[in-house]
Amino acid sequence: MPAVSKGDGMRGLAVFISDIRNCKSKEAEIKRINKELANIRSKFKGDKALDGYSKKKYVCKLLFIFLLGHDIDFGHMEAVNLLSSNKYTEKQIGYLFISVLVNSNSELIRLINNAIKNDLASRNPTFMCLALHCIANVGSREMAEAFASEIPRILVAGDTMDSVKQSAALCLLRLYKTSPDLVPMGEWTSRVVHLLNDQHMGVVTAAVSLIACLCKKNPDDFKTCVSLAVSRLSRIVSSASTDLQDYTYYFVPAPWLSVKLLRLLQCYPPPEDAAVKGRLVECLETILNKAQEPPKSKKVQHSNAKNAILFEAISLIIHYDSEPNLLVRACNQLGQFLQHRETNLRYLALESMCTLASSEFSHEAVKTHIETVINALKTERDVSVRQRAADLLYAMCDRTNAKQIVSEMLSYLETADYSIREEIVLKVAILAEKYAVDYSWYVDTILNLIRIAGDYVSEEVWYRVIQIVINRDDVQGYAAKTVFEALQAPACHENMVKVGGYILGEFGNLIAGDPRSSPLVQFNLLHSKFHLCSVSTRALLLSTYIKFINLFPETKGTIQEVLRSDSQIRNADVELQQRAVEYLKLSSIASTDVLATVLEEMPPFPERESSILAKLKKKKGPGAGSELDDGKKDPNSEINGGMEPSASTASTPSPSADLLGLRAAPVATSSAPATAGNLLVDVFSDSPSATTGLVPGAEENFLSSGAAASVSEDPALPIAEADELLNKFVCKNNGVLFENQLLQIGVKSEFRQNLGRMYLFYGNKTSVQFQSFTPTVSYPGDLQSQLNIQTKTVEPLVEGGAQVQQVLNIECLSDFTEAPLINIKFRYGGTLQNLTLKLPITVNKFFQATEMQSQDFFQRWKQLSLPQQEAQKIFKANHAMDSEVTKAKLLGFGSALLEKVDPNPDNYVGAGIIQTKALQVGCLLRLEPNAQAQMYRLTLRTSKESVSKHLCELLSQQF
Amino acid sequence: MMRFMLLFSRQGKLRLQKWYLATSDKDKKKMVRELMQVVLARKPKMCSFLEWRDLKVVYKRYASLYFCCAIEEQDNELITLELIHRYVELLDKYFGSVCELDIIFNFEKAYFILDEFLMGGEVQDTSKKSVLKAIEQADLLQEEDESPRSVLEEMGLA
Repeated sequence: MPAVSKGDGMRGLAVFISDIRNCKSKEAEIKRINKELANIRSKFKGDKALDGYSKKKYVCKLLFIFLLGHDIDFGHMEAVNLLSSNKYTEKQIGYLFISVLVNSNSELIRLINNAIKNDLASRNPTFMCLALHCIANVGSREMAEAFASEIPRILVAGDTMDSVKQSAALCLLRLYKTSPDLVPMGEWTSRVVHLLNDQHMGVVTAAVSLIACLCKKNPDDFKTCVSLAVSRLSRIVSSASTDLQDYTYYFVPAPWLSVKLLRLLQCYPPPEDAAVKGRLVECLETILNKAQEPPKSKKVQHSNAKNAILFEAISLIIHYDSEPNLLVRACNQLGQFLQHRETNLRYLALESMCTLASSEFSHEAVKTHIETVINALKTERDVSVRQRAADLLYAMCDRTNAKQIVSEMLSYLETADYSIREEIVLKVAILAEKYAVDYSWYVDTILNLIRIAGDYVSEEVWYRVIQIVINRDDVQGYAAKTVFEALQAPACHENMVKVGGYILGEFGNLIAGDPRSSPLVQFNLLHSKFHLCSVSTRALLLSTYIKFINLFPETKGTIQEVLRSDSQIRNADVELQQRAVEYLKLSSIASTDVLATVLEEMPPFPERESSILAKLKKKKGPGAGSELDDGKKDPNSEINGGMEPSASTASTPSPSADLLGLRAAPVATSSAPATAGNLLVDVFSDSPSATTGLVPGAEENFLSSGAAASVSEDPALPIAEADELLNKFVCKNNGVLFENQLLQIGVKSEFRQNLGRMYLFYGNKTSVQFQSFTPTVSYPGDLQSQLNIQTKTVEPLVEGGAQVQQVLNIECLSDFTEAPLINIKFRYGGTLQNLTLKLPITVNKFFQATEMQSQDFFQRWKQLSLPQQEAQKIFKANHAMDSEVTKAKLLGFGSALLEKVDPNPDNYVGAGIIQTKALQVGCLLRLEPNAQAQMYRLTLRTSKESVSKHLCELLSQQF
Repeated sequence: MMRFMLLFSRQGKLRLQKWYLATSDKDKKKMVRELMQVVLARKPKMCSFLEWRDLKVVYKRYASLYFCCAIEEQDNELITLELIHRYVELLDKYFGSVCELDIIFNFEKAYFILDEFLMGGEVQDTSKKSVLKAIEQADLLQEEDESPRSVLEEMGLA
């Protein structure tokens, strides 16, 4: 047992912890814990009264067991007993247990409250602090009821010790946050404000937090805190770096308190009193000046503490938004940070500049940094920093730079991380609409979006482009021409087909004069995409076809033939069949006049808030996108007139059922399974209901609303356990990859040289059919160029209890580190299921074992002696250190196991070659177990740095 | 206000958790798992801050241990980073070059030190001296309290 137990402590506890750590498996751990629980239970129940020490020890063990993640259902009473012990350490453990494991058992709460009451009345400062901590930790309403009136008294009493005051202030803060109604305001509040003048810095620190929270609800009661805070801040800022002794942190005087004071000031408008204001401006200037001074220490702690104050000061300056001089200085300072070598500072500068961009005083100054920010978007290695850069570009965008920003965002989109693609798409769509100088640019931009990132273009985006094209007749011809051209691409995204289908159906006549885009050419082009599309898109295209019959009577014969074909009129999908039947009848029965009325061009959409904006807000939480819709920057830029965000936003409760859905709420034609005759009557009865047929019907709305919740968040991100699951397959090829209540996925695979074949077995565990079952393989990052996977499609229906098999042929082109993803979508009952896993294909699968003699091995080992060729890791054993198991794992990993190579027989040595199409990578490995310390040292040497690192990472997680 | 603080190892073992807002056990487990995965997947030299759900996460790695705090929208990231550092300094001063094992075997002490330093998610006192004085006082009290015991007695065999 390591001698790490500080201060004599509880030996029994240390022994127990050590036992748990030595458990070789989860089962062994559970067994040991159950043994201990039985022991403790018998001790607690035994006739022999336990002394305080034993009680403390057992309670502490229970706590440890709980913190390991196991449930504890007893011991609460013993913990409560400890509270009334007069020994400090026993009391302390009792309180800790209660704080961590509190239970809303009312009987117990009464006892706990009693003990707390006694301790608060004890006048023993350490006991009082323990009690206050417990109240703050639990923070329940019952506790607030019992103590909310008592604590203010303790806080302001003249004879309370400083340490107790600190605890009382923060305890009260906690209670105020849970139950503000139970904390009585009164005379004490003014005395709390004066704690800002307290001599003890710790008391001031605690008090500021309390005041900053209280003053939000009662700003007038606490108004005096502004001048007190300013003078306190000014004293700190002007003090020499050593004046404050222990409250100086790496040569920065009282950074925590400074930050808190600056935050408190942000609860109020700029001070009215000129003297106070002057003093504050002076403080802020001093803080900005200090940023330019040479650092007093090279330690990162020094610069972090200093910059923490600086950023908070900048927040205050932005909050006041009234001092142009300070705002511009703040902006310049942030501009410097944008190019700082510390990633943290670049991140914060981007974040802070985002708020600065919305101030009229500094908007122009922020704009001067556009090149740097664009560069950050392109070159930052950390996705969270790139995300900030994208946010800032969005915030600084106005009419003058919209084209540049939109085009940079578009080009970034091609390589953007999956996690932020959808957001970027939304931002581009909003900016393009908002700052469109001419609509052709807008149409181009959105079509580009669909081309580049079609999968991430949500319905809101393509609905919106249609809405705008319909409302603006100056762009309709251009839009028709452009979508027509876009559809010529051999592979175009389904969203493009939707937009194209809709627009040509409305405005195809505007380009029909050109023989290259004659009606029939248009129709054939659309119809060539038809069979590859989903049901909802096909439904939309059918509507386009009937619109064509009206626009271009000469296409009637061709289209009727299509509608009449079995694949339409007898389609298994009710929606498609219904449309085909209706449209066919409509086109043959109705006269041209009726047709022209029924299939008239869509009327303009009513004014409403862009649903894209709503979606972005929803994604980013309240406040996002506000820079754009409050319109304070440049009201003239809103050339979309009626389409702009207007006051009437309440009418869009659900953005996904929006736009097209609103005009024509799902009508009988598409929602109810009625007879064909009835439907026809419906179609002819009045024209508005007929137009509904042109709208993607209930089917699509259903899909979109059902899928939105689960899909739109992050379509390509694997589930949380994906890495864990992947890890299980590093050293084996067969097994169960995933299992939940619905689905089991088994894997069987074999690899030879740089090729592999994998069988995936999808088992439906339910008794209900899975529909539209589609597994899709995708390649995160650069993987596309490193790995080639060919999949055979799977039947879309998986019967209840059935298993279907999918074969994947794999070719490794070059070494890789990311695992490919497999996304599985299917419908079970009414809901869309969506699941993304990592496919168990890791680079070591392409290992070819190589046997060699000791001499050869060491010769090669020496050849690979460049530091970057080696990767080494020392790690704790997570499993039992069994040599047979280890050997099996190493063999499973793919390398040869070389006997009698290492002079130490306990060590394992292996060699192999990673086979890829582009290159072969020789690998040597050595694993040195240390049974005593339960540790391993793993060393990998290969001819390629990334391979060494990655193999080392993979293998080190296996033992 | 800090919402919670987690200490976990490179291998994803949770060593200490402190929650400043009432959270159900189920949610805690889910959040811990999710956040650990996010943080462990990040490469060294990456930024210490990230957006996670509606919170800001500030983390730093010390040897084998990750210290990870979730703070609210208006909180200051850099000062939180230094708050982590100050806590590490406190642990270090108390244990004498602290390592992961110290925290495993003396988890209750790690909690006590944290409690002296932070309360209800706010800084209580930033002075190293004040915090450690409080803890050492407690240790003194403990030594006075307890007479040494035999090993057998400790193991429950006496």
